[in-house]
Parts: sequence; C-alpha cells; structure tokens
Amino acid sequence: MSLRTTTAALSAGFLIFSAVPSLAVTDISWWHAMTGANNEVVETLSKEFNESQSEYKVTPVFKGTYPETLNAGIAAFRANQTPHIIQVFDVGTGVMMAAEGAVKPVAEILSMGGGEFDKSKYLPGIVAYYSKPDGTMLSFPYNSSSPILYYNKDIFEKAGLDAANPPKTWPEVFDAARKIKESGAAACGYTSTWLTWIGLENFSAWNNLQYATNENGLASTDIELTFNTEPFVRHFQNIADLAKEEVFRYGGRTSEAKQLFLSGECGILTESSGGLGDVVKSGINYGIGQLPYYPDLEGAPQNTIPGGASLWVFAGHDDAEYEGVSAFFQFLSQPEIQQRLHQASGYLPVTMEAYEATKASGFYEKNPGRETPITQMMGKEPTANSKGIRIVNMPQVRDIENEEFEKMLAGEQTAQQALDNAVERGNVAIQQALGN
Amino acid sequence: MTARGTFPHRLLPYLLLAPQLAITLVFFYWPAAQALYQSLLREDPFGLKSRFVGLANFRRVLSEPSYLNSLEVTVIFSVATAVSAMAIALLLATMADKIVKGRGLYRTLMIWPYAVAPAIAGMLWLFLFNPTMGTFAYMLRSTGYNWDPLLNGNQAMVLIIAAAAWKQISYNFLFFVAGLQSIPRTLIEAAAIDGAGETKRFWTIVFPLLAPITFFLLVINTTYAFFDTFGIIHAVTGGGPGKATETLVYKVYNDGFVNLQLGSSAAQSVILMIIVIALTAVQFRYVEKRVHYG
Repeated sequence: MSLRTTTAALSAGFLIFSAVPSLAVTDISWWHAMTGANNEVVETLSKEFNESQSEYKVTPVFKGTYPETLNAGIAAFRANQTPHIIQVFDVGTGVMMAAEGAVKPVAEILSMGGGEFDKSKYLPGIVAYYSKPDGTMLSFPYNSSSPILYYNKDIFEKAGLDAANPPKTWPEVFDAARKIKESGAAACGYTSTWLTWIGLENFSAWNNLQYATNENGLASTDIELTFNTEPFVRHFQNIADLAKEEVFRYGGRTSEAKQLFLSGECGILTESSGGLGDVVKSGINYGIGQLPYYPDLEGAPQNTIPGGASLWVFAGHDDAEYEGVSAFFQFLSQPEIQQRLHQASGYLPVTMEAYEATKASGFYEKNPGRETPITQMMGKEPTANSKGIRIVNMPQVRDIENEEFEKMLAGEQTAQQALDNAVERGNVAIQQALGN
Repeated sequence: MTARGTFPHRLLPYLLLAPQLAITLVFFYWPAAQALYQSLLREDPFGLKSRFVGLANFRRVLSEPSYLNSLEVTVIFSVATAVSAMAIALLLATMADKIVKGRGLYRTLMIWPYAVAPAIAGMLWLFLFNPTMGTFAYMLRSTGYNWDPLLNGNQAMVLIIAAAAWKQISYNFLFFVAGLQSIPRTLIEAAAIDGAGETKRFWTIVFPLLAPITFFLLVINTTYAFFDTFGIIHAVTGGGPGKATETLVYKVYNDGFVNLQLGSSAAQSVILMIIVIALTAVQFRYVEKRVHYG
C-alpha cells in the first residue's frame, strides 16, 4: 500500500491526496516570508515532505516581509485562527518569547510522535540563541546566517591591494577602503547592510563587548542598553569619518547596500552569509573574509551571533497536528536536506551531522570562505557578551538606532551623540514595552 | 416644504439607506470604536495581558518629541503636496485650454498617472531617484550634486512630495479643465475688448470663477496628502532618514505594526480622527464662505 501510494504520488503529484480520502490527511499550515530563490526552497521542501509520507500535508503560505509575517501571526492569534508553523525573524525572537502561552516549545514538539529530541545534534551557537534561559529550545532554527566580509577581487587588484588576502581587522578595512577610493578603482570603498545587526549586535559579540545589561537580555527582560562605550564610539566615528570623505556609502537600513556592491560601486561589503546567493548570481569576481574586529580589544575575535529566522509553533492545536509538525521538523533535520540547504543558499546547517558531512565532502576546499560563517560562530565558547541579544521590542530598538545613525552619517551629530541618544531613547522604549 | 409623502411606504427610505448605513457602520464606526477602546488599554502584542490605563496613552503620545516632529512633517508635506499638485494642474489646464490641435490626446495623456496605485508611484520614483540604483540619481550625482535622500532629510521630503503631487496632478487637471470649459467665452472676450491682458483676465475673471472647484480640490487634496500617501512614503523613504518623513499616518502604522505598541498607536489614530474632523469643519465653515458659487 505504502509503496503504491509513493509511486502514485510521484507520478500524479498532489492529486493523490484527493484520490485517497480514507487516509484522512492532517493539514499543517506554514506561514513564511521567503521570496525568490529561498521561496523555491520552501516550496520544494514542503513538496518533498508531502511526497515522502501520506499522513500529513504541509501547505506553505507566503505572508510578506518578515515584520508582515509576524504581524499576520499576531493578528491570527488574536482571532484564534493561528497557523501551525510560523517563520519569525531573529529580531522577533524576543517578541515571541515574551508571549508565553501563545507558543509551544519546539523541544516539546520534537519529542512527540515517537520522535526524540537530542539537543546535542544541533549547532550549539544557534540552539542557545533560540532557547529560554533554562535551556529549553523554543523554536526550530530554519535559516540561520552570520555576517561576513565580501570583497571585489577586480577592484582590489586595480587599487593595488592583495586580492588573495582580504583585510582582517577594521583598521585594515578602512585603509583598504581609502586606497580603493583614492586610486579610483571604485567610487566607494566600503559599504554595509544592516548597520544595527552587523555594526552593533555582532560587533559587540565579535569583540566581546557588552551591548546591554543582564547578559544582553538573555538572563532577564529588564535590561539597560550599554553600547555607548569607547569601542562602539570609536568604530562609528570611524565610519562617520569615512562617510564624510565619501569612502563609505550608506545604502539603507536593511540589505539595500548589497546592490552597491553588486553593481561594482563599492569594493568591500559586510553582509549576511545569506546574501551569498545574490553575490554568486551577479557574476562578479568576489572573495569572502571573516567579519573584521579590532585587534586591541581583549578577547577579539570572540564569536558571532546568528541572524536569519526560525520556525515557531503556535499553541492550541491538536496533538495529531503537532505530531505532523514534529515529523516535518525531523524531516528538515535530516543531514541530506540540511547539507543541500546550506550549500545552495549560504545559510548555516542546523545540525552537526550536516556540517561534518559537508566538510567531509570537500565542499569547503572547493569553495573557500564558505565555512567562515560557521567557524566564526563556533570558534570559541560564547561569553556573557556573545550568546545573543534579546529585547522584547527589538524591532523598535533597531529603528531608534537606525534613526540616530542616519543623523550621524548626514553629519548632524557625532558618533558619541548618536550612540548616547540611541541608548537613552532605546531604554525609554524598552521600559514602555515592559509595561512600566 | 417637506419630502414626506414622496415614498409609497414608510419603511422604504430606511431600506434604501440601509446598505450605505451598513457600510458606514462596518467600515467606519466599528473600527473607530475599537480604536477608541484600544487607546485606553495597554497590552502586549498578543493580547495575553491587558490593563486599563485611562488617558495615559494620550498623555504619553502628546509629550513625545517625535510626535510633535511628525505633526510638523505632516503639515509641511500636506501643504506642499496640495499646493504644488493644484498649482501645476491649474497651469497645465489653462495651457490645455488654449491648444486647438490634439487637445483630446493631450488631455488623455495627462490623466494617465491617476490610474497608478500609490505604492507603484512610489516605487517608480524610487527606481528613478534611489541613490543605490536610480537612473536620475546617478545622473544627478555625476553632475557633482550630492544627491542622497537616504541621509538628507530635506531631499527625502522633496522626493516624496514630488511623487505624491505627480500622482494627484491628473485628478486636479481633470477638474480644472472642466471648470475652465464652463466659464462663458463671452465674459473673457468682453474683458479682452476692454483691454485686459491675459494675466489680468486670468486673475480677475478665470481664477475667481474657478473658486468652487479650487475649494473642492483643496479639501480633496488635503485629505489625499494626509491619508492616501501612505503607500508612497512606505515605498520611498519608510519614514526616514531619521524621522524626517514620518507623517502622522506613517507613525500610527510604525508604532502599531512595527513597534507593536497598540495602545499608543490607537491613541494616535484617535487624535488623527479628531484632527480630520476639525479640519473638515473649519474648511466648510470658514473657507467655503469666501467661495463664490456664481
């Protein structure tokens, strides 16, 4: 019977499900925010899962951008119409975690339906980010990334820089950027996507600096921001100075700056490893380096913290449906699937097994730099400064930071003023969000 | 003189009104009541914990410097958009009124932009003027002008005003053309015989006679600039840089749907509702009195 079903499913596609009503397929809905190539991956994975068994059917639904998807989920919860699975971006993690009672921990889900949840199978840095302080994993890491340095080898050669060795520290990056501009190899030396995620959040973890009190919010929700200290100010003043010299170009608050790199206007870019697909597609002669750090800071480089998104499960559904969700997550955790996802997209593998298998296959030797985002995250045991950052209203705090950065880059204020203002306004917003 | 008795049945008028009333109830009174209720509460995004706080949300909103900033942004944006959209449309309409050949084609082409959705209009202007990918942005920069609306708040403001006004010009044009057609030729010809030049004829005869239409368009354009431009701002600037283009409506969206502060967002929309009611009342009470309906 099962053999016949599989064969029929392969040949007749999803028609089979309407043809075999007696099996009573359990529907699992999955709201996501993936577009383009990443959307195709979502569709393919769902299709493969549906064809691999006959009990459950996963239906992916595109809900817009990351914030739009989160809002759709919140609205659905208030209307008692929740999907089973929802993809929530890294900054939304704090929002979801604060909503106890609205979500069902993934650790619980994974041990349902005869499955077993073994935490050690997953990459520790990623699991820690999506876990409660007591260690319970709350969401399933679907697409995780870490910021890296991309550089244009042709521009490097034109500027007389060593195209085989990308700059490793921030002073080196700034020097190289100035050389690129001065030599006329490109109109701009350096640009960056996500100044908040890369320049503040990962900057603090990578250089082992405190971003906020109470272990950056992992130990308690009641926190105070502390990122207006010397190393942060020095870093952003450097960037503000470069902007004034027109060596640094600002692209926007999210990933718009990637375009400046792809069009050959800027020679160096710091961007998520998840942006690799677009860089490859553009056909430019690129190289990858690890995220730069300041060599004089103690403990730097430490480790980076994951970005991307994870899958959350809403509470209030039947056990039978949760078993389906569990089966789907087990399916996603398979080494072959994880390996394929990692190699095709630049997102990190979620399980150790997939990472080891990719390593053994010689993929990293053939594709230098592709292991960088993983080694960056796993190189060292995380400290209190580098486990992650969790704020109940992270999207709002990032908005505030972006506003202050824009004023700074426009020359209206210094880095010290920008960071002081961001800390002050951010702290007020956090207290408001906590209901105080 | 009453209208009583024109309907054969006493219930009929209510029945005929019912669909309109139902729509107003469902799409205006219900959400408005919800907003009013929500503005008195403070709760987490999921609605798990909810607490009555009276007018605390209003006090907080009104004491926020960023709220006053967005009020200022809204006034600048609305006035500039309404005035430039109407002035340019009037200029084009008087021009179109003069040409003889190809008048129909010219008018048809002028009306097209109105069919473009605000978000699309925003995207068009963004593609042309965004410093990371825009064609015109590239041309502007190559002339040496430091065009960077991503960081320069004034340039960002000019960009969204241009996009918003561009979209509304067609609509205004249509009304002005109709208004110009309804002005009797004899009046203008008589003035010409009396020796009034073209400019004089326009300001003393044409413009006053267009007053009812101008007033109507002023109301429509102000409402448009207040509410229908969200799509443009969302697509072009997202309220930035800093908070340079964050209008009141955009702030309601941002605080409610990005920052997830429903109480504050609801309080802002209640304030917005009051502003609009006041604005409309003022327009109809005072401005309309000066309008000459000929």
